[in-house]
Amino acid sequence: MRVMAQVCMVMNLDKCIGCHTCSVTCKQTWTNRPGTEYVYFNNVETKPGVGYPARYEDQVQWKGGWELDRKGRLRLRAGSRLKRLLSIFCNPDLPTLEDYHEPYSYDYARLITAAAGTKSPSVSTRSALTGREMNPTWGANWEDDLAGAPARALEDPNIVALPEGAAEKVRLDFESVFMFYLPRICEHCLNPSCVASCPSGAMYKREEDGIVLVDQDHCRGWRFCVSGCPYKKVYFNHRTGKAEKCTFCFPRIEAGMPTICSETCVGRLRYLGIVLYDADRVLEAAATADPTSLYEAQLGVFLDPNDPEVAAEAERQGVPHDWVLAARRSPTYALIARYRVALPLHPEFRTMPMVWYIPPLSPVADVAREAGGDESDVEQVFATIDALRIPVEYLANLFTAGDPEPVRVALRRLATVRAVMRARQLGRDPSMQPGEVGLSAEDVEDLFRLLAIARYEDRYV
Amino acid sequence: MAPELEDKTAQRRELLSETGLVRAARYLQRGTPSPDAREIHRRGGRRAEEFYRERWRHDRIVRSTHGVNCTGSCSWQVYVKDGIITWETQAVDYPSVGPNSPEYEPRGCPRGASFSWYTYSPARVRYPYVRGVLLELFRTARAANGGDPVAAWAEIVSNPETAARYKRERGNGGFVRASWDEVLELVAAAHVHTVATYGPDRTAGFTVIPAMSMASYAAGTRFYSLLGGTILSFYDWYADLPPASPQVFGDQTDVPESADWWNASYLIVWGTNIPITRTPDAHFMTEARYRGQKVVVVSPDYSDHTKFADDWLAANPGTDAALAMAMGHVLLTEFYRDRRVPRFEQYARTYTDLPCLVALRPHGDAFVPDHFLTAADLGGEPGSQENAAWKTVVFDERTGRPAVPNGSIGFRWGEEGKGRWNLDLGELQPALSFHGHEGATAVAVNLPRFDVGGQGGGVLQRGVPTLGIAGKVVTTVFDLVMAHYGVARPGLPGSWPTGYHDADAPYTPAWQETITSVPAAACIRIAREFASNAEASGGRSMIAMGAGTNHWFHSDQVYRTLLALLMLAGCEGVNGGGWAHYVGQEKVRPFTGWFTLAFGYDWVRPTRHMPSTPFWYLTTDQWRYEGARADSLSSPLGSGRFEGRSMADLYLMATRRGWIASAPTFDRNPLQLADDAEAAGKSVEDYVVEELRTGRLRFAAGDPDHPANFPRVLTVWRSNLLGSSGKGHEYFLKHLLGADNAVAASECPPEARPAEVLWREPAPEGKLDLLVDIDFRMVSTGIYADVVLPAATWYEKHDLSSTDMHPFVHSFNPAIAPPWEARSDFDIFSALAETFSRLAEGRLGVRRDVVAVPLLHDTPDECAQPGGRALDWTAGECEPVPGVTMPRLVVVERDYPRLVERWRALGPLVDELGAVTKGVRLPVGGEVSWLSARNGVVRDGIARGRPRIDRDDLFCEAILALSGTTNGRLAVAGFEALEERTGKPLADLAHERAGDRITFADTVTQPRAVICSPEWSGAESERRRYSPFTINVDRLKPWHTLSGRQHFFLDHDWIAELGEWLPTYRPPLGILETFGDQRREGLDRPQLVARYLTPHSKWSIHSEYQDNLHMLNLFRGGPVIWLNYLDAERIGVADNDWIEAYNRNGVTVARAAVTHRVPPGTVLMYHAIDRHLQMPVSETSGLHGGTDNSLTRVVMKPTHMIGGYAQLSAGFNYYGPTGSQRDEIAVVRRRSQEVEF
Repeated sequence: MRVMAQVCMVMNLDKCIGCHTCSVTCKQTWTNRPGTEYVYFNNVETKPGVGYPARYEDQVQWKGGWELDRKGRLRLRAGSRLKRLLSIFCNPDLPTLEDYHEPYSYDYARLITAAAGTKSPSVSTRSALTGREMNPTWGANWEDDLAGAPARALEDPNIVALPEGAAEKVRLDFESVFMFYLPRICEHCLNPSCVASCPSGAMYKREEDGIVLVDQDHCRGWRFCVSGCPYKKVYFNHRTGKAEKCTFCFPRIEAGMPTICSETCVGRLRYLGIVLYDADRVLEAAATADPTSLYEAQLGVFLDPNDPEVAAEAERQGVPHDWVLAARRSPTYALIARYRVALPLHPEFRTMPMVWYIPPLSPVADVAREAGGDESDVEQVFATIDALRIPVEYLANLFTAGDPEPVRVALRRLATVRAVMRARQLGRDPSMQPGEVGLSAEDVEDLFRLLAIARYEDRYV
Repeated sequence: MAPELEDKTAQRRELLSETGLVRAARYLQRGTPSPDAREIHRRGGRRAEEFYRERWRHDRIVRSTHGVNCTGSCSWQVYVKDGIITWETQAVDYPSVGPNSPEYEPRGCPRGASFSWYTYSPARVRYPYVRGVLLELFRTARAANGGDPVAAWAEIVSNPETAARYKRERGNGGFVRASWDEVLELVAAAHVHTVATYGPDRTAGFTVIPAMSMASYAAGTRFYSLLGGTILSFYDWYADLPPASPQVFGDQTDVPESADWWNASYLIVWGTNIPITRTPDAHFMTEARYRGQKVVVVSPDYSDHTKFADDWLAANPGTDAALAMAMGHVLLTEFYRDRRVPRFEQYARTYTDLPCLVALRPHGDAFVPDHFLTAADLGGEPGSQENAAWKTVVFDERTGRPAVPNGSIGFRWGEEGKGRWNLDLGELQPALSFHGHEGATAVAVNLPRFDVGGQGGGVLQRGVPTLGIAGKVVTTVFDLVMAHYGVARPGLPGSWPTGYHDADAPYTPAWQETITSVPAAACIRIAREFASNAEASGGRSMIAMGAGTNHWFHSDQVYRTLLALLMLAGCEGVNGGGWAHYVGQEKVRPFTGWFTLAFGYDWVRPTRHMPSTPFWYLTTDQWRYEGARADSLSSPLGSGRFEGRSMADLYLMATRRGWIASAPTFDRNPLQLADDAEAAGKSVEDYVVEELRTGRLRFAAGDPDHPANFPRVLTVWRSNLLGSSGKGHEYFLKHLLGADNAVAASECPPEARPAEVLWREPAPEGKLDLLVDIDFRMVSTGIYADVVLPAATWYEKHDLSSTDMHPFVHSFNPAIAPPWEARSDFDIFSALAETFSRLAEGRLGVRRDVVAVPLLHDTPDECAQPGGRALDWTAGECEPVPGVTMPRLVVVERDYPRLVERWRALGPLVDELGAVTKGVRLPVGGEVSWLSARNGVVRDGIARGRPRIDRDDLFCEAILALSGTTNGRLAVAGFEALEERTGKPLADLAHERAGDRITFADTVTQPRAVICSPEWSGAESERRRYSPFTINVDRLKPWHTLSGRQHFFLDHDWIAELGEWLPTYRPPLGILETFGDQRREGLDRPQLVARYLTPHSKWSIHSEYQDNLHMLNLFRGGPVIWLNYLDAERIGVADNDWIEAYNRNGVTVARAAVTHRVPPGTVLMYHAIDRHLQMPVSETSGLHGGTDNSLTRVVMKPTHMIGGYAQLSAGFNYYGPTGSQRDEIAVVRRRSQEVEF
């Protein structure tokens, strides 16, 4: 057992309001400088949609992350070392500016300096790269709130991969419309393919907290990290010629402060905490044959900080005592492992991502709600999980390599918290019992406080 | 980080990298990279971390916030490095709201987070600018007039040729820099000339929502108040004022703080997109869901908030009232008729007008509602009581006789009412209904319906039980409500629905389905859940509402139908229940101090408050394009009193009756008027009445196109009037400014013109002599202004912020000094006041000014016109009596040369008169000595010995010292004064904080929780969240209405004319019926006619931030119009194509956002799109353009002009016609994809 500590994030998509404050505060703090105009260490996508850069989730196209070879061994999807070396001057799997977007600004000064006789001055878009007038056709959040969805959202890899039956539930018409938001940062994976992809050895995962960084002194700008990351969360600074990525705000983390995106998250949906894991088991878990078992496999790598043996071993191996204590209070560990309401993003990429998500509830599928729900029972106010607008199978493609069951468990637990708490405040019997979803009454209370009261001190440990 | 700590961290990092497994992973070096290569360490690599540490390092953090156009009032930390503002993050140090609730941290949104971009933006206004042609004219004229700037200004504007020369260049670039001194002199000269020539009321100031930078607002309004200028309202103009709130509650708007959503167990979100418009508060909603709150969203589109719904009711745009009426039908049927709920009934009897008696009058073969029965109708002892005509009557079940309960407005004013203005029913048991009552007679009543027969609607016949009382046929409001909602009871005549599924009879669930498209079953289910939840939870059902339901012409009716649901279920005045109106609502928590200072009430009272909607309606000549006459809105049950009248006529009628303010007021300089009265040897009142009678003096509203009645000077600060709130934008350009414009409408034909308001030919263009814009960024208002002054941003000054969304007051502080030549609004007006005073010396002197004040709400004047009878003295229906049948006439002394001395010191009027809020007088005199010590005193001049308020931080200190919410002593004293009137204990609400005083320094340290104060209607403390009317409910303090209760029924003559006695459904205005097809002829491309909605945007707060680079890069980089893909297909539009949207009012250009989340037939252009960014030249108009308001135009609703009648009385931003814009349609087509800028 090699005990390591990882700072880990959970985002509760059921609370995400899609406001993009995280994107703005992150950008203002880290990337509002020449060379990184198009870079969003943190971005937010509307789902269904193809995301940013476009269709990044499709690894058949981009060849990011890992795959198993015929013998069941883990290897980079981008191919062998030799293959990558041969293509070092022409990496075929890099997203182009079209997949990101051409960053732009405006000739603002004209508003003030317009010469006499200029009728109602209006400024136009200029490329931040060339300075030429341009008409934006794509952007970091072009699809916000399903803009352009009828034309493009069906290319969403999570829709493409839907099994028959579930695919029919996704009709892009007014009656069946659904959407939710997916904020994304670097996953700071346990098994980061970007690090393994770097020909210069310029990327590393910090031993003390697992944060994955690009060494700005040694990066040679080969960009294999860009193509190697299946989440497309390593970017190329076209000014410095080096790769840059989300740093998990390590200068703040080191000072005991939450990341910028967490602290400024006005939806209060982000949790930060320590998770202890057994580094010796990562490789084996990442090589689990059945993709739908990768979620369980990753859970199996995590260590229970309340286990005295784990704690002792951790401290023996150099994890500070206060980190072990923090791991016990960790909200992320609780949401991921204790309550199992948080799930990993695309475990099938086999990078063992460490930013996890609580899936969102949604309105009932029927706009009319003529069916579903018993009109005479006014206390049966919450719908069943399979009656919701967002198809469980769609969420499963995001979080569990297609297995809908863990998604159902998570959603039913959220719904149970709601039902139990509703009953409690109205002095009635709950329509759902905690036991039915494998929770105790105390679990419900604790989960309620963690999800709803969510004090600053409890969100960021 | 402390140095020693930093060392340790560095050491630890070094250590870790030494002990880590270092494996070479380079292809170009020896060694085999492990697939598990995450543990590569190199010392050099760790050193490179310094790059990001350096990026993070900063010198200091300063607390500030964002002022003006957002009601969030979030406290922010502004980071400064090397004297440069770098970025901002939200403050997280709000005081706790308790261990069992989510806290108020963080607060802020992406827009606020991007604000610092403006500081150094290339669009920042850095210097004073004047359009070159004007500056040249001014310099020439000044030189020609011996250096006299006032004479120079007079020469320029009185010469039509020179005036036209600079006016027609408005909006055409050509700004040049000028010095502050020169520009201030130009602006001050224009003011001096205008005051002398036309009158002070021909100058006007427009600024908006003070709560989010109180001192900046007040700096300008204090200047105009001391000057006698017109101070324009904003809340009604924005259509954010819900007129239903004054109508029902007698209160402008009072809403729960967002933490109170947590207490709701059922939440219907109905017309407010909470994640977008209440971004910092939305988490309380998402979190309350885990506490078991059910969330229902009513919205025509699937939007950011729909995502959180358990049920989504996709009602067609503008039909919300139909759905609410049907829900009311279900509620009344199941919870009042089929079953009786004791709590609901007790609530209805005590807190609503449902038991109040209404006299009916015959109408054809039936009856119609006439008026509230009052003590005066009863005669005898009750009839001889003080204010008998202002005391409503109930029927006491115990005695079987009519009775006069405490609490109506008749008890609020006068000696006899002392101690009796309360809702204590004592022994009284008011009957809700006469149904089944012995001796009751059932009669048929005619009631209006508007689902048929166009705007005027048709007639329904139903029945009510009545009793004969005081010689009148009388019923209860409740019985009328039951009849109106169509809840059948045995033995009543008329036609009734056969059941919920009777689709032909209003207002059944099946009926609403035909209008809203919401299935009847859904309507029934939600209504039932809503009421049942309220029953189980003691009223904790809440409806959050906003622009989606309030920006309609008939929004007051929409809201009344929603409020009816809440009142019937006993939810108002309950924590976690009631209405939650969130659009443009704001709350200057330290209201009394702010109001007193902002409007100069410490020196002179009153000021010239003016509702903006009629002001702009007349001054931008939108009245000349009115398509429908006022009587088109009259119900068939009306008396025809609006026949042949236009909306402009009605406004003239309303203003001369003292109902509503009008400025400019008379067709004579009000300074001259005072002199003329003196010359005639008469009192001003007598003189003005006589002059009006003889017709020698007329109201300016009767002749708005006469040059003497134009507003001449307009200053806009903290606002983007032209690019954001200006409904009828193109009419502003044309008539007010005389600039190029895209108005395509033709003026109304002679037969449709006003009967009284004078029509002049040709319509004037360029009425305004001077438009001054004070802003830190260049937007439409600046682009079209004559003078642009560089304002400090919100991170460069001191100020105060508060909101109704949270209970705190916190500060603005300068992170840096205003850069370039920018100055704070406060300092700009201080300098302007100084320059003005200097130029006034020898030109204006000390003058007397006649101010016509409408009959004001929360003063005894609200009891001027009993019975709500609309009597016109010009028609001989009554005598013209100032303060009774016409405006009160008040003479105010203006000391023009010493205006600046007054502006800069706290005046003496507060010492004796105190400060008054909503009829409650706070004895603030005692605070003056505290302020004198704290702020220091003026050493010479007319303000000698008075506290200084000449700096923004000192001004803020004075605001806090003079308000109950921030000064516990005043809160207690105010409650004690109120106790005298109500006879009920109240002061204890503030006792626990009686000794607290929040100083400005406190607000710099941390946001501070305010003190419970009589300035507001809810109790609040550490233990209790603010919710409106909880004091009314808990302490039996009446609402500020006629009955003292919440009103279902309204009985004013003009209300009756429109058939709006009761909440009802009125469809959106029939634009196509009135104005005809708006498609353009001769186009080969297909055109889509669609409902045109302008909801609030995710990427801006009004027009702010829409030009911010961060926001632009986060969506589509410029204006878009959203439309359904089926509509897009029909007109050949693909996503991101350039399109044009137009109608008779103007045109705008945008790109298409094609989606499936918007229903077919509706297009959305998120407000506000200014015309200065990524706005191509339109194929239709040949101009860049335009704004989202290029397609809109103001229509005034007659009932919003009512006054002099209890809660339907004038008040600034309290009651008045709203600038609604949702009833409009747009024609959309694809345009050439070649665009030009």
